[in-house]
Amino acid sequence: MSGPLLQVRDAACVRGGRRLFAGLGLALAAGEAALVTGPNGTGKSSLVRMIAGLLPVAEGSVTVNARCALLAEQPSLDAELPLAKALGFWAAIDGGDVAAALAAVGLAGLAPVPVRFLSTGQRRRAGIARVLASNAPLWLLDEPANGLDAASVAVLEGLIAAHRAGGGAVLVATHLPVALPGAHEIRLGEGA
Amino acid sequence: MNPLLAIILRELRRSWTSGGLMLPVAFFLLVAILFPFAVGPDGKLLARVGGGVIWAAALLAALLPVERLVAPDAENGLLDQLAVRGVPDAGVAAAKIAGHWLGFGPALLAATVIAGALLRIDEGALPAILIALAIGTPGLAALGVATGALVAGLRGAGALAGLVMLPFAVPLLIFGAGSVDGTPGALKLLAAVSLLLLAGCPFVAGAAIRMGRS
Repeated sequence: MSGPLLQVRDAACVRGGRRLFAGLGLALAAGEAALVTGPNGTGKSSLVRMIAGLLPVAEGSVTVNARCALLAEQPSLDAELPLAKALGFWAAIDGGDVAAALAAVGLAGLAPVPVRFLSTGQRRRAGIARVLASNAPLWLLDEPANGLDAASVAVLEGLIAAHRAGGGAVLVATHLPVALPGAHEIRLGEGA
Repeated sequence: MNPLLAIILRELRRSWTSGGLMLPVAFFLLVAILFPFAVGPDGKLLARVGGGVIWAAALLAALLPVERLVAPDAENGLLDQLAVRGVPDAGVAAAKIAGHWLGFGPALLAATVIAGALLRIDEGALPAILIALAIGTPGLAALGVATGALVAGLRGAGALAGLVMLPFAVPLLIFGAGSVDGTPGALKLLAAVSLLLLAGCPFVAGAAIRMGRS
């Protein structure tokens, strides 16, 4: 693949008149990962949403050269539908495989259970399954480890490693420890 | 699958399963049942005002699901996910309008046949009312989605929705009810208003969705 999947140059984010960060640069090529850390309220989620195109870029530029998949705070799954069908809505758009994604996050047994009966951690894993089934080369994960137990975090780390090995790139914003070998580290809220 | 088609199918499913269809139609029929009780059983009087009553009832029925059209999807992050996939916000709104109308429009037309009998509208006048409703309800659906997007996330959204939506629905009501007694040109003006709403509302709703994001 030529050129990076994601290129951020001198980006600044302004929320509610407050400048959260500025002069942020980052490039992610295939197989690379970025780990965004920092205390609450320093703009981790805003950075993810800015790269996803959901927030305006106040200064600088953000160039995304690949389809991206976003794992945000909300699972974005219809609560009244069985898990497999709720994921199926997105898989139909993205062309992914729901059964394989559910099996990968260990939720295959819960496929017929309506989303509203799932626990916090299970919902988060369902969101990870949605990202998996999106077939997008660039993953943007906002607090992916929230609500996950230690075993699930290990599964998540394994999935990220497999995605990178397959030529994908990952950006993880988290305040919980997530092992990303060889990742670019970005600490927000320092010297700003 | 095309995302817009997926949204249309989802809206249809939601209107069948979560009350988006039955609630407005039941409300519409209830108004048609209550009205003869209020004005008395005078058949001639009922037949004369019946067309207007049907239009007013359709308007109020269309207001019922407005709160649930956009706000839950904005809260759930569904609209964000669609935006990440490069679907334009106005396109999402247009698909929602199509799905919303397919969900409640035909059912409302079917209910109108029953309401027409309750209001003693003679069979000769019924086709004209049905045609006018078929032309006007897409405009109502468009207005409903735009209003839903505008009030999404606000406190007291339900009450506000009525205040936002009903004034804009006045032309539909005037020309819709006007076409019932065969006023020349009323049907064409109704179609013009409906088309205008269908053309403009997706962009209004799309802009409102975008504003709600930041």
